[in-house]
Amino acid sequence: MDVSTFLVQSLNSVQYGFLLFLVASGLTLIFGILGVINLAHGSFFMIGAYLAHWLALKTGNLFVAIALGLPLSFLLGLAVERLAIGFLYARDHLYQVLLTYGLILIFNELQRILWGNDVHGVPTPAALSASIPLTEAQSYPVYRFFISLACLGVAAAMYLVINRTKLGMLIRAGASNREMVELLGFGVKRLYAVVFALGAALTAFAGMLSAPVNSVYPGMGEHVLIISFVVVVIGGLGSIQGAFVGAMLIGFVDTFGKVFLPEAASLSVYAFMAAVLLWRPQGLFGVRPA
Amino acid sequence: MTTRIPTTRRRFLSTAAGAGAAASLLPAPFVLAQPSKVKVGILLPYTGTYASLGHNITDAMIMAIEEAGGMLGGRPVEYVKVDSEADPAKAANNTNKLIAGEKVDFLTGPVHSGVAMAMVKIAREEGTITIVSNAGAAAVTRQMCAPNVFRTSFSNWQTCFPMGPEMMKRGRKKAVSITWNYAAGHEMIGAFKEGYVPAGGQVMKEILIPFPNIEFQAHLTEIASLKPDAVFAFFAGGGAVKFVKDYDAAGLKKTIPLHGSGFLTDGTLHAQGAAAEGVLTTLHYAESLDTPTNKRFKEAFKKRTGRTADVYAVQGYDTGQLLVHAMKSVKGDVRAKKEIMAAMRGAKLDSPRGTMSFSKAQNPIQDIYLREVRKGDNVVIGVAHKALADPGTGCGMS
Repeated sequence: MDVSTFLVQSLNSVQYGFLLFLVASGLTLIFGILGVINLAHGSFFMIGAYLAHWLALKTGNLFVAIALGLPLSFLLGLAVERLAIGFLYARDHLYQVLLTYGLILIFNELQRILWGNDVHGVPTPAALSASIPLTEAQSYPVYRFFISLACLGVAAAMYLVINRTKLGMLIRAGASNREMVELLGFGVKRLYAVVFALGAALTAFAGMLSAPVNSVYPGMGEHVLIISFVVVVIGGLGSIQGAFVGAMLIGFVDTFGKVFLPEAASLSVYAFMAAVLLWRPQGLFGVRPA
Repeated sequence: MTTRIPTTRRRFLSTAAGAGAAASLLPAPFVLAQPSKVKVGILLPYTGTYASLGHNITDAMIMAIEEAGGMLGGRPVEYVKVDSEADPAKAANNTNKLIAGEKVDFLTGPVHSGVAMAMVKIAREEGTITIVSNAGAAAVTRQMCAPNVFRTSFSNWQTCFPMGPEMMKRGRKKAVSITWNYAAGHEMIGAFKEGYVPAGGQVMKEILIPFPNIEFQAHLTEIASLKPDAVFAFFAGGGAVKFVKDYDAAGLKKTIPLHGSGFLTDGTLHAQGAAAEGVLTTLHYAESLDTPTNKRFKEAFKKRTGRTADVYAVQGYDTGQLLVHAMKSVKGDVRAKKEIMAAMRGAKLDSPRGTMSFSKAQNPIQDIYLREVRKGDNVVIGVAHKALADPGTGCGMS
């Protein structure tokens, strides 16, 4: 492999890492902070993508579609939390798995009823549809750089909100000792609802933003579900930095795994996860349970 | 779930509870007032990713039979539909439901090759006359071929084999192939090589991607560094859309032309948009095919269903045509299995895809078209291979 190919592959890795972080960011909030195993994570991603497709078709502009889709998915998150997840915080993880699995089926069926089973593409916004030539044969779409930028923005915003604001302090406090926060007079119930809805909206945002580089099709949510859990588990529960580093590492492992070990390409990511967990069972940035 | 046309299951159940149940208890002479029905079992996906394929195949098949008077050999038809869910794990059970439970006279379907393997295996043992209306797995008309198993669609091999010589004609001597690492992917790429290598082509690298992974960026970089004359790809559905878009966005299409099995651009063209322009594919049908039969078929299907006919509808239509033809030749006597099978083997159908007959292994002998994407349409630019028959390797029938 010559230097330029290596550099382009590294760029692919970083770019894929950014995309993974974006996709997993919502799960970091919901699984990492609320401790809820949300199998419907992929469904929110799918709903985001379909909203982007549908609203972009209606409004003719992806950014308008995202601006409209974000509050919609936030409201959907609130509704799901109120009607379903809210009852299960204190329950065993198995209940959450069953419930959110049921949600997958419901959302898939809703998708079929509302949008049908065709594969759709969302056109890249005209302003970002150019490509930058890298090597003599390959160029890089500007939109992919834009996604990376958006991901950095999301990462920074999440980090600041969780670590530097009162809301973030309450979220962290609620995550480590819910009863104590309640006793101190804060409405944990409402707080949790907001965090869940934020997680849902963030996931849908990832779906909307990546709709032009992905395609929009039934069952797309299942693809991102597993890799999102891998990212969060490698990074360590509840750690935004962890999820970020985890996503980057997976970006590199996956990309170079495909190049150097094509026979084991489907394994490389999971082998890497197993290795990390053997070394640090709590994940890279996770706190070892006392 | 079993449903009957035109009665829905719910309506069927509620009426069956009353009048229906009583009627079935009537003495035989009353029931035999009109000729008994021919039962056609349909095992297709009506839910999930492939639901639209299932509906198009079913509707076009029934359309063909209704165009011929709605009867098969002078007898009314009962369609027994089972949702296959495109799930191989449920395939054996669903097939048994139709063969043993419903005692269907004919079995048709499915979309998914995994389902087809299970279905054909049982049909071979039971002897039910079976028409595979989509699944392209080679084995159906190779190792697993049987006198009672027909296929009106294609074998995976047929959709890829003719592309190699076409690429050589254009001076594209070094190629990289890319597909998912699964059975259909191996069959498609294998068939492509069978045509390409003997014609003088060289496959520089075969890229296999874990199914159903759709992150192609690393592989596109690899292709860019290998600098082949051409790329041959097989993907379907969402993967096909994403691959064609990524390939274009990576700037590769300008220097390295993209080729593929027709399924790369069929049914996905709208979603691919401008990224697909210029992609060359081979398939046994193209919607743009300019023949009177195809024109009439497309209009009739649109009028009937409100949907646009596609390759799947064509395959369903020909399944219906084949049933009409065979049952006519025995005047509706479903017990004359030998004669029915002989009529099917000898059938020459006027299909929307062109004239179609059957090989010894009972797979279609059909023209494979070379198509180029132009202005969002798969435009036929030539016949890549006239009257192509699958080699039927491993099939003992002659």
